[in-house]
Amino acid sequence: MYVRVVVGLAVLILGSTGGEIAITHGMKSVGEPARLRPGAVVEFLGRAVRNGWFWTGVPLMAFSFYALLLLLSWAPISLVIPASALSYVAGTVGAKFILGEEVSTARWAGVILVCIGVALVAAG
Amino acid sequence: MASEKRLRIKTLAMVLAMVVCANAGDLLLKYGMAQIGAVELTAHGISQAFRLTVASTTIWLAIFFLIGFMVSYMTVLSWADYSYVMPAGAIGYAALTFLAVVFLHESVSPRRWIGVVLICVGVLLVGQTKPRTTEVPSEVAA
Repeated sequence: MYVRVVVGLAVLILGSTGGEIAITHGMKSVGEPARLRPGAVVEFLGRAVRNGWFWTGVPLMAFSFYALLLLLSWAPISLVIPASALSYVAGTVGAKFILGEEVSTARWAGVILVCIGVALVAAG
Repeated sequence: MASEKRLRIKTLAMVLAMVVCANAGDLLLKYGMAQIGAVELTAHGISQAFRLTVASTTIWLAIFFLIGFMVSYMTVLSWADYSYVMPAGAIGYAALTFLAVVFLHESVSPRRWIGVVLICVGVLLVGQTKPRTTEVPSEVAA
């Protein structure tokens, strides 16, 4: 039971984080819209959906959603939703080591406060 | 310097659009599904729920906002750091709590208020960092 929930949480967090990192990488390689006007954004979306990283990210996120549904059938929602706030920390680690973003001390402190805050809000 | 300020404003505006679309989409979806009622898990129940769902204006409006969320999310990630956008988007949880208190007169536990304060301080800290720390592809910078 315990192992199943921990593995489920790991799949949920790594799946959603991995998916979002893949999409971020895809969007960065596509490049931002020339202008923030509807035509330019539609043109940007057209390029985005032809990017392989986008289609790597979407199934990972879908997989993570499926893990969430399974987890909710195994463990109470009061544990699953607050625990999923750990994805803020996992995402920041991924952003630093996979995407090469600079994570300053201030950003780390902010992420950790957000992670604890979201867990508390989700716990109700 | 001016371009960095512009980048920050553009990023925060897009994060705001993300948060508004995600919250509006979720609330409309919840409202729309509540109008439809509890779905019976039988072939007939599911097919009836499907028919009611595709005929519901509220559900279509929810889908419109959720697509708006996805578009603004993809767009902002094309220039801003993931480690900036992701925590900044958490301000939505704090906004939802305020909306629940003001409009739905819900009572909020002290634990949840502490969470809201931590999120606000955390977002302020992240918001002060540079929105983009990675290289911009050359064709984009041009």
